[in-house]
Amino acid sequence: MTETSKAETKNLSFFYGNFQALKNINLSILEKKVTALIGPSGCGKTTFLRCFNRMHDLYPHNRYEGEIILLPENTNIISPDIDPIEVRMHISMVFQKPNPFPKSIYENVAYGLRVRGINKKSALDEKVEKSLREAALWDEVRNRLYGQAFDLSGGQQQRLCIARALATDPEMILFDEPTSALDPIATSKIEELIIELKSKVTILIVTHNMQQAARISDKTGFFYLGELIEYSTTDKLFTAPAVKQTEEYITGRFG
Amino acid sequence: METEKRHTSLQYERELQEIKDNLIYMGVLTEKAIAKGIKALLLRDSDLARTVIAEDDEIDRLDVDIEDKCIRLLALRQPAARDLRFITTAIKINGHLERIGDMAANISEKVIILSEEPQLKPYVDIPRMADIACGMIRQSLDALVNENVALANKVRSSDELVDNLNEQIFRELLTFMMEDVRNIHRATIIMQISKNLERISDHAKGIADMVVYLVTGKSVRHEEPPES
Repeated sequence: MTETSKAETKNLSFFYGNFQALKNINLSILEKKVTALIGPSGCGKTTFLRCFNRMHDLYPHNRYEGEIILLPENTNIISPDIDPIEVRMHISMVFQKPNPFPKSIYENVAYGLRVRGINKKSALDEKVEKSLREAALWDEVRNRLYGQAFDLSGGQQQRLCIARALATDPEMILFDEPTSALDPIATSKIEELIIELKSKVTILIVTHNMQQAARISDKTGFFYLGELIEYSTTDKLFTAPAVKQTEEYITGRFG
Repeated sequence: METEKRHTSLQYERELQEIKDNLIYMGVLTEKAIAKGIKALLLRDSDLARTVIAEDDEIDRLDVDIEDKCIRLLALRQPAARDLRFITTAIKINGHLERIGDMAANISEKVIILSEEPQLKPYVDIPRMADIACGMIRQSLDALVNENVALANKVRSSDELVDNLNEQIFRELLTFMMEDVRNIHRATIIMQISKNLERISDHAKGIADMVVYLVTGKSVRHEEPPES
């Protein structure tokens, strides 16, 4: 299979006020692959992930430098000329804790489509079912689509959030520690799902669970103190990393 | 060489060290077994040969024990990178040492048979082979402890010396067999001893191959050693 870039960061730096959280990150994210980001707390991996759907725009005094080029459109998604809402239509995000809206299961998935102006019932029905199927949740909720999303279990809520993210046909999905609040069985369902989803979308995932990164990703980047220390294929990074710091971190000889 | 940082889990660190220590101990036992077996050959001492066979039990016990420890760490610690390479390397080195122990016992069995018959010829090359093979085991384990790739490569190239000596012994014994058919029995037994020593050096080379993998992450098992 050929490897095409879906997004490229070019000298990407990020500042929270005066604090520089990311330092000149150059990284290429491959299309329809899973890229995992690992590193100790405060290393910048989540900051990096959030740049991709302009989450940082929600707070003042935050500043980007450099570029994130989305391909093949060749748009710099952190350019001030680009509307963050439009970016989020292309790049959706799934958070650490499941965060469904206080609405029905159906409305959670339909929400992004309604924002886009799609209100025709047949179109919505079709898209909601398709998204729930892709998120491996359809069979569990098909008879209770109008029930409250909060009545679902934690793992189901997380899969609902994935269905919601899929509904707008994104090119890329960002996962920020999507399983850290879930039990091992719900975790393995989400992992299985992520592996399946990569045939459709490009996936970028931040995880503290290194075995999870090793299990599901194709490429892994190790961040430390705002820098990208090593970026290579997951197999290589976990068996024979090239950089001493990576070695120390993944074998638990760190700090 | 850079000093390795300590593991945040000291228990894990201790368990890895224990595996390493046991491999070294096993290596010492195999070297002793070979040296004793060859001494028994030269002295025509069947009793000494029998102690080598009995002492192989301790090597077998270590084999099982080291493998258990490695499997336990794989299951409980999910090791990565260097630790993962160390544990998989340890499993393989353990296998090599166990086979070396069996071959030393095998040599001793042949010594017992030879001691019951008149000596066919003076032994010159066999003790030399044994010395080189023991040196290879020792150096390959030194290379493991010090993560010394140059030393491991030296061991890898020494294998050829032992192969050549084995060939030489084979040709020499052929002449004995052609001279007198009554020599054939003893000559084939000596040949088996020589073959065992040649196999032992192959295993020592196997240990050195794994040391190169441990340090560099590169598999060299089917590659020629670099010219020194």
